[in-house]
Amino acid sequence: MEKTVEVLKSATIRFAGDSGDGMQIVGSRFTETSALFGNDLSTFPDYPAEIRAPAGTLFGVSGFQIQFSSQDVYSPGDEPDVLVAMNPAALKVNLKDLKQHGTIIANEDAFIEKNLNLAGYKSNPLEDGSLAGYKLIRVPVTRATNNAVQDLGLTAKDANRCKNFYALGITYWLYDRPLEITMHWLESKFSKNPVIAEANIKALKAGFYFGETAEIFTTRYKVAPAKLPKGIYRNITGNHAAALGILAASLKSGLPLFLGSYPITPASDILHDLSSFKNFGVKTFQAEDEIAAVCAAIGAAFGGSLAFTSTSGPGMALKQEAIGLAVMVELPLVIANIQRGGPSTGLPTKTEQADLFQAILGRNGECPLPVVAASSPADCFMMMFEAARIACKFMTPVVFLSDGYLANGAEPWRIPHESELPIIEGEFRTEKEGYFPYMRDEFLARPWVKPGTPGMEHRIGGLEKQHITGNVSYDTANHEFMVNLRAEKVKNIENYIPLAEVDGDQEGELLIIGWGSTYGAITAARERLLAKGYNVSRVHLKYLNPMPKNLGDILNRFKKVMVPELNLGQLSMLLKAYYLKDVIGYNKVQGLPFKASEIEKKAIELLTEK
Amino acid sequence: METESTTNGTTEAAAKPKLTAKDYASDQDVRWCPGCGDYSILAQVQRVMPSFNIPKEKTVFVAGIGCSSRFPYYMNTYGFHSIHGRATVVASGLKMARPDLDVWIASGDGDLLSIGGNHFIHLLRRNINTVVMLFNNRIYGLTKGQYSPTSEHGKITKSSPHGSLEEPFNPLTLALGAGASFVARTMDRDPKHMQDMIAKAHAFKGTSFVETFQNCNIYNDGAFLMYTEKDTKPEHTVFVEHGKPLVFGVNKEMGIKLNGFRPEIININDGKHSINDVIIHDETSRELAMIIAKFTDMQDFPVPFGVLYKVERPVFEDQMEDQITEAKEKLGVGDLEKLLFAGNTWEIK
Ligand SMILES: Cc1ncc(C[n+]2csc(CCOP(=O)(O)OP(=O)(O)O)c2C)c(N)n1
Ligand code: SF4
Ligand SMILES: [Mg+2]
Repeated sequence: MEKTVEVLKSATIRFAGDSGDGMQIVGSRFTETSALFGNDLSTFPDYPAEIRAPAGTLFGVSGFQIQFSSQDVYSPGDEPDVLVAMNPAALKVNLKDLKQHGTIIANEDAFIEKNLNLAGYKSNPLEDGSLAGYKLIRVPVTRATNNAVQDLGLTAKDANRCKNFYALGITYWLYDRPLEITMHWLESKFSKNPVIAEANIKALKAGFYFGETAEIFTTRYKVAPAKLPKGIYRNITGNHAAALGILAASLKSGLPLFLGSYPITPASDILHDLSSFKNFGVKTFQAEDEIAAVCAAIGAAFGGSLAFTSTSGPGMALKQEAIGLAVMVELPLVIANIQRGGPSTGLPTKTEQADLFQAILGRNGECPLPVVAASSPADCFMMMFEAARIACKFMTPVVFLSDGYLANGAEPWRIPHESELPIIEGEFRTEKEGYFPYMRDEFLARPWVKPGTPGMEHRIGGLEKQHITGNVSYDTANHEFMVNLRAEKVKNIENYIPLAEVDGDQEGELLIIGWGSTYGAITAARERLLAKGYNVSRVHLKYLNPMPKNLGDILNRFKKVMVPELNLGQLSMLLKAYYLKDVIGYNKVQGLPFKASEIEKKAIELLTEK
Repeated sequence: METESTTNGTTEAAAKPKLTAKDYASDQDVRWCPGCGDYSILAQVQRVMPSFNIPKEKTVFVAGIGCSSRFPYYMNTYGFHSIHGRATVVASGLKMARPDLDVWIASGDGDLLSIGGNHFIHLLRRNINTVVMLFNNRIYGLTKGQYSPTSEHGKITKSSPHGSLEEPFNPLTLALGAGASFVARTMDRDPKHMQDMIAKAHAFKGTSFVETFQNCNIYNDGAFLMYTEKDTKPEHTVFVEHGKPLVFGVNKEMGIKLNGFRPEIININDGKHSINDVIIHDETSRELAMIIAKFTDMQDFPVPFGVLYKVERPVFEDQMEDQITEAKEKLGVGDLEKLLFAGNTWEIK
């Protein structure tokens, strides 16, 4: 049968199956292949909190979505064009997101009575006509995989486990992707167990040939490489970028890196990555809890290290008292909070932006500190670097905010050369003459003196300090002075961060202002709005405390200001309080990122309402 | 970057004029209540410091919160008065980052065993080379007299007017159980012994735990009278020393022997027993140390003082440095440019 080829600008595909089906693995392989093929892309892994939830259940469904394009991509895509459903539960959970007339590739072998019951289907959706609005492609994935690997003598279990690569093979055919990259990956991944590598490669190829020969696929799609700015690229997740960012800051400052951390989803990969950088002299300490982790980092900062502690919301809550100590003793410290759904244990594997208040306001007393936020996976690198720069220059703890979506999501990253990165100033005072522990430089920073420096022995601590001498002081006027001084020191940082930039007209009807991981969805929404003739400007904040000093002016140049956030309006409240601007919050707290279409719809509503 | 790992920083022994106790006193007024046992601890530490021959600037005292935790302010060394319960972890981070420093921890019974109990046991199992000084007054001093995790059952305080309901921790058995490699006890009223214990703790490479019975004359006065006063001390205390028999009493006529696993008190002059029946202290036996530490809680038994246990094993921060050295040898010193461009890359022209 003759097959037609259709050229697409972009496509979105979602792999969905049981948490034991290996969906994250094939999603990552599809990502790698597409990245090396030259597409711009964005990914969204979405998996359950349970490591191996009971098979076939709705809550055990694990998904991985990728949008890849010949143009710029800002988000993992709203609605998949293709849904790969490995079982009925995966279909049930994901069908609502699929594009109208979208394609379903279903493993029909898994649509057996037991699984249908577990998913709550009364009848088999592959047969009862309920999927009539979609392009349904039924594939006996399990049987076909078993056939493909049968002569390798695998156990039934091992043979079955290759079925994700069979499904991947089908999508490779459908989108005209090369197989070699994934084959190399399998060979090196299973170098100690070549039979498993071979079995998966056989399954991958069998899936690919199935697409080629089966009568059911009539069209094949091509998504050409994107025209990204010149440079060398790699695909990177937010957590990996963050780990590289803090390492780069350590090397660019000449300060040895010390990480104190306690495992927590979705931040643990930062601990894992840095633990593998031992040959860079990085010291990583897996503490007994988050309090120990941050305190050890503070001890290391006192000793002259670039001190870092990484966590997520619940751990952040535990660290707060110690962060207050770091504010008081004015030592550099970077605290990464990779936000997840809260409160309490909340939604550990889902994304949310509800820790902004916790970052800015979450301690006892007047306890200001700088807060920055990354806007995309790759941006985690530069914003982590920025956090370290600010910490060292201003002798202060700095909070770096990311979230589950950025942490695990990936995108192509134009890799900076080491020489392009600025030097970070982290200097130690050794001059005894005229030294006092709480004297200040032009940035209001106190001097950093390492123990071991002769003649400059001094004591620091959490009790209020007398201005300049740093002696313990209960003097009421001094306390007020110091509270103001600490506030001024942080506020003054606004003079050393970039001004806010408006994308689009500098004044007008509607400004969309966001922060953190909503960057992609807002960008995509704005492009669609512009294409439809709506004039919308936008600002994306990376510096949340202090905010860029031109922000108030910008807000006042727009009739309406819309603030999309994955919380109940935390940035909105700050903007209202700081600038007395009646901004309009657009809020979502479902543990999921915004879809561009949601923001687009809300913006149109605001632009057209009377 | 500091990488040289030494035992308590002794490599840089000063060629400077010898320091005296006075050189270790800071210019801050000491604010403990007159008569507080903390004064004695401060004095003994300042007295023994010069003998270590370590440059003052290499010494750091880290404390939590409590009366006792004010300690660093009074030492003219580097110091960190941190937050309640966390001295052990601030000190751990400092020592990991800077193995060249001589790191000391000052902590109260509430600070170390209550709010900081978790960190304490983990420090001991990690064996980070620091000296942990427990100022045990069996009360919360700074917050004005509530019962602490070492207060006896039934303790009447403002927060336990009908008597506390908790069994106290025995800090020595707790430490031994957590895998401590050096465990000792001393008292505020025996300066010579305390100096000896501090010196031994400092000489030991690993986490050295020293409990000091410290009188809080405001909220728990006389808690240790029986062990500190001349007329009762001989009968109620036993001072252990490696290789020496466990004898006590005014004329050292009492001894402790083991009957199976059970210790028994004997009179070595009663004609039925002799000094040969008495346990010879072996500080390398954790089992024996446990038995001796338990005397503290046993009716009629003398309370033990001295070094109960002492066995060196690898310290955490050295192993950390070793892993780094090994990784550098195996993989080469890290190259950022290479790491940034690692993995699958592609070029857009
Ligand atoms: C987080 C926190 N909780 C409570 C306190 C109040 N607090 C300060 S010291 C202390 C107990 C002190 O007892 P201990 O550690 O035995 O020291 P001491 O004063 O007896 O030397 C308490 C409860 C505090 N400072 N911080
Ligand atoms: S309250 Fe007790 S422990 Fe605190 S300083 Fe006074 S006597 Fe010492
Ligand atoms: Mg106490």
